[in-house]
Amino acid sequence: MSRLAASLRKEMLLQWRTRSQVIAVFVFGATCLLLFSFAIGPNAAALRALAPGFLWLALLLSSTLTLAESFHLEMEERAIEGLLLLPAGDGAVYYAKAIANAIQLSLLGVALIPVMVVLYDAGTTRIPALAGVIVLGAAGLSAPGTLYTAMTSRLRARQTLLPLLLFPLIVPVLLAAVKATSLFILGDPMEQARSWIILLVAFNAIYWSLCGLFFGRVMEE
Amino acid sequence: MSEERGADGQWAIEATNLSRRYGRRWALASVSLRIPSGATLLLAGNNGSGKSTLLRALATAIRIDRGEVFIEGMDIRRDRDAIRRKTVLLDHHAYTYEALTAIQNLSVTASILGIPHGRRALMPVLAEAGLGDRADDEVAGFSAGMRKRLSIARLLLRLPRSGGGARPSVVLLDEPYNQLDPEGFRLVDQLLERLKNDGATVVMATHLVDRGAPLCDLGLLLEQGQVAWSGSAGDLPRHSGISQERLF
Repeated sequence: MSRLAASLRKEMLLQWRTRSQVIAVFVFGATCLLLFSFAIGPNAAALRALAPGFLWLALLLSSTLTLAESFHLEMEERAIEGLLLLPAGDGAVYYAKAIANAIQLSLLGVALIPVMVVLYDAGTTRIPALAGVIVLGAAGLSAPGTLYTAMTSRLRARQTLLPLLLFPLIVPVLLAAVKATSLFILGDPMEQARSWIILLVAFNAIYWSLCGLFFGRVMEE
Repeated sequence: MSEERGADGQWAIEATNLSRRYGRRWALASVSLRIPSGATLLLAGNNGSGKSTLLRALATAIRIDRGEVFIEGMDIRRDRDAIRRKTVLLDHHAYTYEALTAIQNLSVTASILGIPHGRRALMPVLAEAGLGDRADDEVAGFSAGMRKRLSIARLLLRLPRSGGGARPSVVLLDEPYNQLDPEGFRLVDQLLERLKNDGATVVMATHLVDRGAPLCDLGLLLEQGQVAWSGSAGDLPRHSGISQERLF
Protein backbone atom coordinates (compact mmCIF):
# COMPACT_ATOMS: atom_id res chain seq x y z
CA MET A 1 0.00 0.00 0.00
CA SER A 2 2.86 2.37 0.81
CA ARG A 3 4.38 1.57 -2.58
CA LEU A 4 1.09 2.39 -4.26
CA ALA A 5 1.01 5.68 -2.35
CA ALA A 6 4.61 6.40 -3.37
CA SER A 7 3.85 5.62 -7.02
CA LEU A 8 0.72 7.75 -6.89
CA ARG A 9 2.70 10.61 -5.39
CA LYS A 10 5.11 10.32 -8.31
CA GLU A 11 2.23 10.46 -10.80
CA MET A 12 0.79 13.56 -9.16
CA LEU A 13 4.20 15.21 -9.12
CA LEU A 14 4.64 14.48 -12.83
CA GLN A 15 1.19 15.84 -13.62
CA TRP A 16 1.95 19.00 -11.67
CA ARG A 17 5.28 19.48 -13.45
CA THR A 18 3.58 19.06 -16.85
CA ARG A 19 0.40 20.97 -15.98
CA SER A 20 0.49 23.02 -19.18
CA GLN A 21 -0.44 19.78 -20.93
CA VAL A 22 -3.60 19.55 -18.79
CA ILE A 23 -4.68 23.00 -19.95
CA ALA A 24 -4.02 22.02 -23.56
CA VAL A 25 -6.17 18.90 -23.17
CA PHE A 26 -9.00 20.98 -21.65
CA VAL A 27 -8.86 23.35 -24.62
CA PHE A 28 -8.94 20.33 -26.92
CA GLY A 29 -12.02 18.92 -25.15
CA ALA A 30 -13.80 22.28 -25.23
CA THR A 31 -12.97 22.64 -28.92
CA CYS A 32 -14.47 19.21 -29.59
CA LEU A 33 -17.70 20.30 -27.86
CA LEU A 34 -17.75 23.51 -29.88
CA LEU A 35 -17.27 21.68 -33.18
CA PHE A 36 -19.95 19.11 -32.36
CA SER A 37 -22.37 21.96 -31.63
CA PHE A 38 -21.63 23.44 -35.06
CA ALA A 39 -22.56 20.10 -36.63
CA ILE A 40 -26.05 20.23 -35.06
CA GLY A 41 -26.76 23.87 -35.78
CA PRO A 42 -29.14 26.16 -33.87
CA ASN A 43 -31.68 23.45 -32.98
CA ALA A 44 -31.89 23.90 -29.20
CA ALA A 45 -33.83 20.67 -28.52
CA ALA A 46 -31.41 18.54 -30.55
CA LEU A 47 -28.41 20.20 -28.94
CA ARG A 48 -29.75 19.50 -25.47
CA ALA A 49 -30.65 15.90 -26.33
CA LEU A 50 -27.23 15.14 -27.80
CA ALA A 51 -25.17 17.01 -25.20
CA PRO A 52 -24.41 13.94 -22.99
CA GLY A 53 -23.14 11.96 -25.98
CA PHE A 54 -20.95 14.80 -27.15
CA LEU A 55 -19.59 15.37 -23.65
CA TRP A 56 -18.45 11.76 -23.48
CA LEU A 57 -17.08 11.80 -27.02
CA ALA A 58 -15.03 14.86 -26.11
CA LEU A 59 -13.80 13.07 -22.98
CA LEU A 60 -13.01 9.91 -24.92
CA LEU A 61 -10.98 11.78 -27.53
CA SER A 62 -9.21 13.78 -24.82
CA SER A 63 -8.42 10.56 -22.94
CA THR A 64 -6.26 9.31 -25.82
CA LEU A 65 -4.14 12.44 -25.41
CA THR A 66 -3.81 12.23 -21.63
CA LEU A 67 -3.08 8.49 -21.69
CA ALA A 68 -0.48 8.84 -24.43
CA GLU A 69 1.19 11.74 -22.60
CA SER A 70 1.34 9.82 -19.34
CA PHE A 71 3.34 7.06 -21.04
CA HIS A 72 5.39 9.44 -23.16
CA LEU A 73 6.92 10.73 -19.92
CA GLU A 74 7.64 7.17 -18.86
CA MET A 75 9.29 6.17 -22.12
CA GLU A 76 11.67 9.12 -22.57
CA GLU A 77 14.39 7.48 -20.51
CA ARG A 78 12.49 4.24 -19.91
CA ALA A 79 11.69 5.41 -16.40
CA ILE A 80 8.83 2.94 -16.09
CA GLU A 81 11.22 0.05 -16.67
CA GLY A 82 13.34 1.40 -13.84
CA LEU A 83 10.28 1.39 -11.59
CA LEU A 84 9.21 -2.10 -12.63
CA LEU A 85 12.69 -3.42 -11.84
CA LEU A 86 12.42 -2.09 -8.31
CA PRO A 87 10.92 -4.51 -5.83
CA ALA A 88 7.69 -2.53 -5.93
CA GLY A 89 5.48 -4.92 -7.80
CA ASP A 90 3.86 -4.26 -11.15
CA GLY A 91 0.51 -3.70 -9.46
CA ALA A 92 1.58 -0.55 -7.61
CA VAL A 93 2.95 0.98 -10.80
CA TYR A 94 -0.20 0.15 -12.78
CA TYR A 95 -2.76 1.19 -10.21
CA ALA A 96 -0.97 4.45 -9.46
CA LYS A 97 -0.92 5.35 -13.13
CA ALA A 98 -4.52 4.28 -13.71
CA ILE A 99 -5.73 6.23 -10.65
CA ALA A 100 -3.80 9.32 -11.75
CA ASN A 101 -5.28 9.07 -15.24
CA ALA A 102 -8.76 8.63 -13.77
CA ILE A 103 -8.32 11.72 -11.57
CA GLN A 104 -7.10 13.76 -14.51
CA LEU A 105 -9.98 12.65 -16.73
CA SER A 106 -12.51 13.23 -13.95
CA LEU A 107 -11.29 16.79 -13.44
CA LEU A 108 -11.38 17.34 -17.18
CA GLY A 109 -14.95 16.00 -17.34
CA VAL A 110 -16.10 18.23 -14.49
CA ALA A 111 -14.37 21.22 -16.12
CA LEU A 112 -16.17 20.52 -19.40
CA ILE A 113 -19.65 20.57 -17.77
CA PRO A 114 -19.90 24.40 -17.79
CA VAL A 115 -18.76 24.43 -21.42
CA MET A 116 -21.49 21.91 -22.24
CA VAL A 117 -24.10 23.96 -20.35
CA VAL A 118 -23.18 27.11 -22.27
CA LEU A 119 -22.93 25.53 -25.72
CA TYR A 120 -25.84 23.07 -25.50
CA ASP A 121 -28.10 24.69 -22.90
CA ALA A 122 -27.91 21.36 -21.06
CA GLY A 123 -28.01 22.38 -17.43
CA THR A 124 -28.99 20.17 -14.52
CA THR A 125 -29.62 20.61 -10.83
CA ARG A 126 -28.17 17.16 -10.10
CA ILE A 127 -24.56 18.30 -10.31
CA PRO A 128 -23.16 15.91 -7.62
CA ALA A 129 -24.81 12.91 -9.32
CA LEU A 130 -23.50 14.04 -12.70
CA ALA A 131 -20.02 14.46 -11.23
CA GLY A 132 -20.30 10.95 -9.80
CA VAL A 133 -21.10 9.54 -13.23
CA ILE A 134 -18.15 11.40 -14.69
CA VAL A 135 -15.82 9.94 -12.04
CA LEU A 136 -17.14 6.40 -12.69
CA GLY A 137 -16.94 6.85 -16.46
CA ALA A 138 -13.44 8.31 -16.26
CA ALA A 139 -12.35 5.37 -14.10
CA GLY A 140 -13.88 2.98 -16.64
CA LEU A 141 -11.90 4.63 -19.43
CA SER A 142 -8.66 4.88 -17.46
CA ALA A 143 -8.26 1.27 -16.30
CA PRO A 144 -8.21 -0.34 -19.75
CA GLY A 145 -6.78 2.84 -21.27
CA THR A 146 -3.70 2.63 -19.07
CA LEU A 147 -3.20 -1.03 -19.93
CA TYR A 148 -3.60 -0.51 -23.68
CA THR A 149 -1.38 2.55 -23.68
CA ALA A 150 1.28 0.48 -21.94
CA MET A 151 0.85 -2.21 -24.60
CA THR A 152 1.23 0.20 -27.49
CA SER A 153 3.75 2.61 -25.96
CA ARG A 154 6.76 0.88 -27.55
CA LEU A 155 5.17 0.54 -30.99
CA ARG A 156 5.75 2.87 -33.90
CA ALA A 157 2.04 2.99 -34.78
CA ARG A 158 0.96 3.61 -31.18
CA GLN A 159 -1.10 6.71 -31.97
CA THR A 160 -3.25 4.74 -34.40
CA LEU A 161 -3.32 1.48 -32.49
CA LEU A 162 -4.39 2.89 -29.13
CA PRO A 163 -7.85 4.09 -30.21
CA LEU A 164 -8.29 1.04 -32.46
CA LEU A 165 -7.73 -1.31 -29.54
CA LEU A 166 -9.27 0.75 -26.78
CA PHE A 167 -12.48 2.14 -28.25
CA PRO A 168 -14.23 -1.20 -28.89
CA LEU A 169 -13.38 -2.37 -25.37
CA ILE A 170 -14.88 0.61 -23.59
CA VAL A 171 -18.20 0.64 -25.48
CA PRO A 172 -20.17 -0.68 -22.44
CA VAL A 173 -18.69 2.00 -20.17
CA LEU A 174 -19.30 4.72 -22.72
CA LEU A 175 -22.87 3.57 -23.29
CA ALA A 176 -23.67 3.43 -19.58
CA ALA A 177 -22.01 6.79 -18.92
CA VAL A 178 -23.87 8.51 -21.78
CA LYS A 179 -27.20 7.04 -20.70
CA ALA A 180 -26.74 7.98 -17.04
CA THR A 181 -25.57 11.51 -17.95
CA SER A 182 -28.52 11.88 -20.31
CA LEU A 183 -30.98 10.85 -17.60
CA PHE A 184 -29.51 13.38 -15.16
CA ILE A 185 -29.72 16.20 -17.72
CA LEU A 186 -32.99 15.41 -19.51
CA GLY A 187 -34.85 13.95 -16.54
CA ASP A 188 -35.34 10.46 -15.17
CA PRO A 189 -39.07 9.84 -14.64
CA MET A 190 -38.63 6.03 -14.66
CA GLU A 191 -35.60 6.14 -12.35
CA GLN A 192 -33.40 4.25 -14.80
CA ALA A 193 -30.17 6.03 -13.89
CA ARG A 194 -29.51 3.64 -11.01
CA SER A 195 -29.30 0.60 -13.30
CA TRP A 196 -26.85 2.36 -15.64
CA ILE A 197 -24.70 3.36 -12.69
CA ILE A 198 -24.68 -0.25 -11.46
CA LEU A 199 -23.53 -1.29 -14.93
CA LEU A 200 -20.75 1.32 -14.74
CA VAL A 201 -19.66 0.06 -11.34
CA ALA A 202 -19.68 -3.55 -12.57
CA PHE A 203 -17.53 -2.80 -15.61
CA ASN A 204 -15.18 -0.76 -13.46
CA ALA A 205 -14.77 -3.72 -11.11
CA ILE A 206 -13.99 -6.02 -14.05
CA TYR A 207 -11.57 -3.64 -15.75
CA TRP A 208 -9.71 -2.61 -12.61
CA SER A 209 -9.18 -6.16 -11.44
CA LEU A 210 -8.26 -7.75 -14.79
CA CYS A 211 -6.08 -4.96 -16.14
CA GLY A 212 -4.01 -4.93 -12.94
CA LEU A 213 -3.33 -8.63 -13.43
CA PHE A 214 -2.23 -8.25 -17.05
CA PHE A 215 -0.05 -5.17 -16.66
CA GLY A 216 3.14 -7.00 -15.67
CA ARG A 217 2.89 -9.30 -18.67
CA VAL A 218 2.14 -6.45 -21.02
CA MET A 219 5.22 -4.50 -19.93
CA GLU A 220 7.55 -7.46 -20.42
CA GLU A 221 9.61 -7.12 -23.56
CA MET B 1 33.86 -20.57 -15.08
CA SER B 2 35.89 -20.73 -11.89
CA GLU B 3 34.73 -24.17 -10.78
CA GLU B 4 36.75 -24.09 -7.54
CA ARG B 5 34.95 -20.95 -6.31
CA GLY B 6 31.52 -22.24 -7.07
CA ALA B 7 32.11 -25.67 -5.64
CA ASP B 8 31.88 -24.67 -2.00
CA GLY B 9 29.09 -22.11 -2.37
CA GLN B 10 26.05 -21.24 -4.35
CA TRP B 11 26.31 -19.86 -7.85
CA ALA B 12 25.06 -16.30 -7.88
CA ILE B 13 24.16 -16.57 -11.56
CA GLU B 14 23.68 -19.80 -13.42
CA ALA B 15 22.50 -19.74 -17.03
CA THR B 16 22.10 -22.73 -19.29
CA ASN B 17 21.46 -22.28 -23.02
CA LEU B 18 20.07 -18.81 -22.41
CA SER B 19 18.61 -17.56 -25.68
CA ARG B 20 16.74 -14.45 -26.65
CA ARG B 21 15.71 -13.20 -30.05
CA TYR B 22 14.44 -9.95 -31.49
CA GLY B 23 12.28 -10.80 -34.46
CA ARG B 24 14.22 -13.36 -36.47
CA ARG B 25 17.63 -12.46 -35.10
CA TRP B 26 18.98 -14.29 -32.08
CA ALA B 27 20.61 -11.68 -29.86
CA LEU B 28 21.71 -14.43 -27.48
CA ALA B 29 22.09 -18.00 -28.66
CA SER B 30 22.62 -20.76 -26.11
CA VAL B 31 24.71 -18.76 -23.67
CA SER B 32 25.74 -20.80 -20.66
CA LEU B 33 27.63 -19.33 -17.74
CA ARG B 34 28.07 -19.73 -14.01
CA ILE B 35 29.22 -16.93 -11.76
CA PRO B 36 30.10 -17.65 -8.14
CA SER B 37 28.70 -15.47 -5.36
CA GLY B 38 30.84 -12.42 -4.74
CA ALA B 39 32.70 -12.64 -8.05
CA THR B 40 33.11 -9.76 -10.46
CA LEU B 41 32.72 -10.56 -14.14
CA LEU B 42 33.90 -8.37 -16.99
CA LEU B 43 31.66 -8.82 -20.01
CA ALA B 44 33.26 -7.84 -23.29
CA GLY B 45 32.31 -7.94 -26.94
CA ASN B 46 31.64 -5.84 -30.00
CA ASN B 47 28.58 -3.67 -30.45
CA GLY B 48 25.60 -5.96 -31.01
CA SER B 49 27.34 -8.98 -29.50
CA GLY B 50 24.57 -9.40 -26.90
CA LYS B 51 26.10 -7.83 -23.79
CA SER B 52 23.16 -5.53 -23.01
CA THR B 53 20.64 -8.23 -23.86
CA LEU B 54 22.37 -10.61 -21.45
CA LEU B 55 22.36 -8.05 -18.65
CA ARG B 56 18.73 -7.09 -19.30
CA ALA B 57 17.71 -10.75 -19.32
CA LEU B 58 19.50 -11.38 -16.02
CA ALA B 59 17.78 -8.33 -14.51
CA THR B 60 14.36 -9.60 -15.71
CA ALA B 61 13.91 -6.46 -17.82
CA ILE B 62 13.30 -8.74 -20.81
CA ARG B 63 12.06 -12.30 -20.93
CA ILE B 64 14.16 -15.13 -22.24
CA ASP B 65 12.96 -17.27 -25.13
CA ARG B 66 14.87 -20.43 -24.34
CA GLY B 67 17.09 -21.91 -21.67
CA GLU B 68 17.20 -21.69 -17.92
CA VAL B 69 18.53 -18.98 -15.64
CA PHE B 70 18.85 -19.04 -11.89
CA ILE B 71 19.82 -16.00 -9.85
CA GLU B 72 20.93 -17.07 -6.38
CA GLY B 73 19.02 -20.28 -6.93
CA MET B 74 15.82 -18.54 -8.01
CA ASP B 75 14.23 -19.30 -11.36
CA ILE B 76 14.10 -16.23 -13.57
CA ARG B 77 10.68 -17.21 -14.95
CA ARG B 78 8.99 -18.20 -11.71
CA ASP B 79 10.62 -15.93 -9.13
CA ARG B 80 10.76 -12.65 -11.02
CA ASP B 81 9.72 -10.45 -8.09
CA ALA B 82 12.15 -12.11 -5.68
CA ILE B 83 14.95 -11.72 -8.23
CA ARG B 84 14.15 -8.03 -8.60
CA ARG B 85 14.73 -7.63 -4.89
CA LYS B 86 18.17 -9.19 -5.28
CA THR B 87 19.35 -7.52 -8.49
CA VAL B 88 19.98 -3.99 -9.66
CA LEU B 89 20.70 -2.90 -13.22
CA LEU B 90 22.58 0.18 -14.37
CA ASP B 91 21.20 0.40 -17.87
CA HIS B 92 21.99 2.45 -20.99
CA HIS B 93 18.82 4.35 -20.25
CA ALA B 94 18.94 6.59 -17.22
CA TYR B 95 15.51 5.46 -15.90
CA THR B 96 14.77 9.06 -14.98
CA TYR B 97 11.92 11.52 -15.55
CA GLU B 98 12.94 14.46 -17.69
CA ALA B 99 10.32 16.75 -16.15
CA LEU B 100 11.55 16.20 -12.60
CA THR B 101 14.64 17.53 -10.88
CA ALA B 102 17.54 15.29 -9.90
CA ILE B 103 16.47 15.16 -6.27
CA GLN B 104 12.82 14.55 -7.18
CA ASN B 105 13.91 11.62 -9.35
CA LEU B 106 15.86 10.13 -6.47
CA SER B 107 12.99 10.82 -4.10
CA VAL B 108 10.61 8.86 -6.34
CA THR B 109 12.92 5.84 -6.29
CA ALA B 110 13.60 6.10 -2.56
CA SER B 111 9.94 6.41 -1.62
CA ILE B 112 9.03 3.35 -3.70
CA LEU B 113 11.90 1.44 -2.09
CA GLY B 114 10.53 2.46 1.29
CA ILE B 115 13.71 4.20 2.43
CA PRO B 116 14.04 7.79 3.67
CA HIS B 117 13.28 10.08 0.75
CA GLY B 118 13.69 13.53 2.25
CA ARG B 119 16.23 16.07 1.08
CA ARG B 120 18.51 15.39 4.03
CA ALA B 121 18.69 11.68 3.20
CA LEU B 122 19.19 12.14 -0.53
CA MET B 123 21.66 15.01 -0.77
CA PRO B 124 24.64 12.90 0.37
CA VAL B 125 23.84 10.35 -2.33
CA LEU B 126 23.64 13.05 -5.00
CA ALA B 127 26.86 14.59 -3.71
CA GLU B 128 28.60 11.21 -3.87
CA ALA B 129 27.57 10.94 -7.52
CA GLY B 130 28.90 14.44 -8.17
CA LEU B 131 25.52 16.13 -8.59
CA GLY B 132 25.26 17.89 -5.24
CA ASP B 133 25.12 21.34 -6.81
CA ARG B 134 22.57 20.35 -9.47
CA ALA B 135 20.01 18.72 -7.19
CA ASP B 136 17.22 21.15 -8.05
CA ASP B 137 17.81 21.27 -11.80
CA GLU B 138 15.45 19.52 -14.19
CA VAL B 139 16.92 16.38 -15.74
CA ALA B 140 15.79 17.65 -19.16
CA GLY B 141 18.71 20.10 -19.01
CA PHE B 142 21.30 17.50 -18.02
CA SER B 143 24.15 16.35 -20.23
CA ALA B 144 24.59 12.65 -20.99
CA GLY B 145 27.32 12.40 -18.36
CA MET B 146 25.13 14.00 -15.70
CA ARG B 147 22.32 11.59 -16.53
CA LYS B 148 24.74 8.73 -16.08
CA ARG B 149 25.78 10.15 -12.71
CA LEU B 150 22.12 10.36 -11.70
CA SER B 151 21.68 6.69 -12.71
CA ILE B 152 24.65 5.88 -10.52
CA ALA B 153 23.09 7.86 -7.66
CA ARG B 154 19.91 5.84 -8.18
CA LEU B 155 21.97 2.66 -7.89
CA LEU B 156 23.77 3.97 -4.79
CA LEU B 157 20.39 4.34 -3.11
CA ARG B 158 20.08 0.58 -3.06
CA LEU B 159 23.50 -0.11 -1.59
CA PRO B 160 23.98 -0.81 2.11
CA ARG B 161 25.61 2.49 3.10
CA SER B 162 22.45 4.31 2.04
CA GLY B 163 20.57 2.39 4.69
CA GLY B 164 17.38 0.33 4.64
CA GLY B 165 15.29 -0.98 1.77
CA ALA B 166 15.84 -4.00 -0.41
CA ARG B 167 19.57 -4.53 -0.83
CA PRO B 168 20.69 -6.21 -4.02
CA SER B 169 23.38 -8.85 -4.01
CA VAL B 170 23.70 -9.04 -7.80
CA VAL B 171 24.69 -5.83 -9.57
CA LEU B 172 24.56 -5.57 -13.35
CA LEU B 173 26.42 -2.64 -14.90
CA ASP B 174 25.94 -1.92 -18.59
CA GLU B 175 28.70 0.33 -19.90
CA PRO B 176 29.06 2.23 -16.61
CA TYR B 177 31.96 4.35 -17.93
CA ASN B 178 30.06 5.63 -20.97
CA GLN B 179 29.60 9.40 -21.17
CA LEU B 180 31.59 10.00 -17.99
CA ASP B 181 34.60 12.28 -17.51
CA PRO B 182 37.81 11.07 -15.79
CA GLU B 183 36.36 11.96 -12.41
CA GLY B 184 33.31 9.89 -13.31
CA PHE B 185 35.59 6.98 -14.23
CA ARG B 186 37.01 7.11 -10.73
CA LEU B 187 33.48 7.16 -9.32
CA VAL B 188 32.72 3.91 -11.15
CA ASP B 189 36.01 2.37 -10.02
CA GLN B 190 35.17 3.26 -6.42
CA LEU B 191 31.69 1.84 -6.86
CA LEU B 192 33.15 -1.43 -8.10
CA GLU B 193 35.57 -1.61 -5.18
CA ARG B 194 32.73 -0.93 -2.77
CA LEU B 195 30.55 -3.62 -4.34
CA LYS B 196 33.41 -6.12 -4.11
CA ASN B 197 34.01 -5.24 -0.47
CA ASP B 198 30.30 -5.66 0.24
CA GLY B 199 30.43 -9.14 -1.29
CA ALA B 200 28.07 -8.36 -4.15
CA THR B 201 28.24 -10.31 -7.37
CA VAL B 202 28.93 -7.89 -10.21
CA VAL B 203 28.62 -8.29 -13.96
CA MET B 204 30.03 -5.31 -15.84
CA ALA B 205 29.77 -4.90 -19.59
CA THR B 206 32.32 -2.48 -20.97
CA HIS B 207 34.49 -1.77 -23.96
CA LEU B 208 37.16 -0.36 -21.65
CA VAL B 209 38.72 -3.73 -20.98
CA ASP B 210 42.07 -2.34 -19.86
CA ARG B 211 40.35 -0.25 -17.21
CA GLY B 212 37.86 -2.89 -16.09
CA ALA B 213 40.09 -5.98 -16.08
CA PRO B 214 42.17 -5.11 -12.98
CA LEU B 215 38.93 -4.55 -11.05
CA CYS B 216 37.32 -7.84 -12.10
CA ASP B 217 37.99 -11.49 -11.30
CA LEU B 218 36.52 -13.13 -14.37
CA GLY B 219 36.13 -12.30 -18.03
CA LEU B 220 33.67 -13.38 -20.66
CA LEU B 221 33.68 -12.51 -24.32
CA LEU B 222 30.52 -12.52 -26.38
CA GLU B 223 30.50 -12.69 -30.16
CA GLN B 224 27.26 -12.64 -32.13
CA GLY B 225 25.26 -13.69 -29.12
CA GLN B 226 27.48 -16.61 -28.16
CA VAL B 227 30.22 -17.12 -25.62
CA ALA B 228 33.47 -16.88 -27.56
CA TRP B 229 35.83 -17.02 -24.61
CA SER B 230 35.80 -17.13 -20.83
CA GLY B 231 38.46 -17.13 -18.17
CA SER B 232 40.32 -14.74 -15.94
CA ALA B 233 39.56 -11.06 -16.51
CA GLY B 234 43.26 -10.25 -16.66
CA ASP B 235 43.69 -12.57 -19.64
CA LEU B 236 40.75 -11.22 -21.59
CA PRO B 237 42.34 -8.52 -23.76
CA ARG B 238 45.41 -10.64 -24.50
CA HIS B 239 43.57 -13.85 -25.25
CA SER B 240 45.36 -15.78 -28.02
CA GLY B 241 43.84 -15.57 -31.44
CA ILE B 242 41.62 -12.59 -30.64
CA SER B 243 43.36 -9.28 -30.89
CA GLN B 244 42.24 -6.34 -28.83
CA GLU B 245 41.87 -4.32 -32.00
CA ARG B 246 39.51 -6.88 -33.45
CA LEU B 247 37.53 -7.20 -30.26
CA PHE B 248 37.19 -3.64 -29.24
